[in-house]
Amino acid sequence: MFGLANPRRFMSFTDYALPIATALTVVLTIVGLYWGLVLAPEDYQQGDTVRIMFVHVPAAWMAMACYLVIAVASLCSLIWRHPLADMAARQTAPVGAAFTALALITGSLWGAPMWGTWWVWDARLTSVLVLFFLYLGYMALWASFEDRARAARAAAVLALIGAINLPIIKFSVDWWNTLHQAASVSRFDGPAIHESILIPLLIMATAFKAYYAMVLMLRMRTDIMERKIDALRAGRAREQVV
Amino acid sequence: MKRFLGLLARELQLHQPLSGGNMVPLSFFVITVILVPFGVGPEPGILTRIAGGTVWVAALLAVLLTLDRLYQADRDDGSLDHLVMSGLPLELLVLAKCIAHWLAFTLPVIIMAPLMGLLLQLPLEGHVALVLGLLVGSPALTFLGSAGAALVVSIRRGGLLLALLVLPLYIPVLIFGASAVEASLLNRSMSDPLMLLTAFSLLSAFIGVVGSSLALRLELS
Repeated sequence: MFGLANPRRFMSFTDYALPIATALTVVLTIVGLYWGLVLAPEDYQQGDTVRIMFVHVPAAWMAMACYLVIAVASLCSLIWRHPLADMAARQTAPVGAAFTALALITGSLWGAPMWGTWWVWDARLTSVLVLFFLYLGYMALWASFEDRARAARAAAVLALIGAINLPIIKFSVDWWNTLHQAASVSRFDGPAIHESILIPLLIMATAFKAYYAMVLMLRMRTDIMERKIDALRAGRAREQVV
Repeated sequence: MKRFLGLLARELQLHQPLSGGNMVPLSFFVITVILVPFGVGPEPGILTRIAGGTVWVAALLAVLLTLDRLYQADRDDGSLDHLVMSGLPLELLVLAKCIAHWLAFTLPVIIMAPLMGLLLQLPLEGHVALVLGLLVGSPALTFLGSAGAALVVSIRRGGLLLALLVLPLYIPVLIFGASAVEASLLNRSMSDPLMLLTAFSLLSAFIGVVGSSLALRLELS
């Protein structure tokens, strides 16, 4: 991790890693989607609707994983002033927010035929919705500073406060839900998942992870190049003044 | 300790509890509560049912509205730098500011809360749960809000951003606070939500003080 703190070394590492991640994403997505949408059997209760899960579940996993990445990267950035850690945290946020939105939308699409409504105040749905707002706040704080170093530190503090509070919010929402709502909604944790569905689900989950790695590397490379351009421009402007 | 008390006195004097300026958040709290019956209709059953949650949401927003007064003015006129350099640990400075802020802005809201419960036809046992809940739960609002206010202190017009940062963190307080009122209405024990609320306030005091001083330190360095 510390070897990659040097932007130049990061660039040469991603020269190789980025094509690999891209290839993995493409292959795994094609295999996973074909397996999940065509080969996997229909669910005896849910019919074809169960296929939404092949996108929904990996997206929900990534939504949480991305916030974890942001929190860990923020900790590294605050403790060691690791120069690429705050960049990784910053560039993860929009991707994580997109995964969260995808999980919410696909969940809602699944809920419409299965629960008969687009939205229920189920504990899990509600906490994912709160997570989405934590992402939005984090990105808004980044966007509000002009000075990049300052923004990085403020955002890191916010990410850590959010990470501490996230389990408490989750707990309180669970508690609130059991208190208010009689168990009217059928849950998806009935019988254990059959392997004909589990294998494509895991393939899709790996595909999502590869996609995240690909996008993160791409975004960080762009960020590094943008910084370089800014530095070159500043240098030229200084020359012109002299 | 003497310095800490001196700072507390200074803050309280600056906030001038119960003077004209402090009436604004309080009036905001009252008008927000009054808006709700217009929205949902005047039937007493519905109002009783939602009274606890309504007062809690209004209190939450009223506290949110006052958070920018924690550090903004002191930063703008430079006295924040002086306070930081005064030798008092930053954590104690944050603590003093939060306590003074709570006394000046949140306590009046809590005192006004039973009146709002009355307007919403909350029965007597609900009032006990409401006021107790506000007393033990509202410090969490101040402390978490302080961390948010410290983060946005150098941002122009940070108020809206502050709402986005802080409101998601307020959800547990709202849940436990409203649950206490509801439990009391259903003749159930309200001690569970009240104890959880107290625990959350204590934890928030820690997170808020450490987070605020970390943010201020980064800001001023």
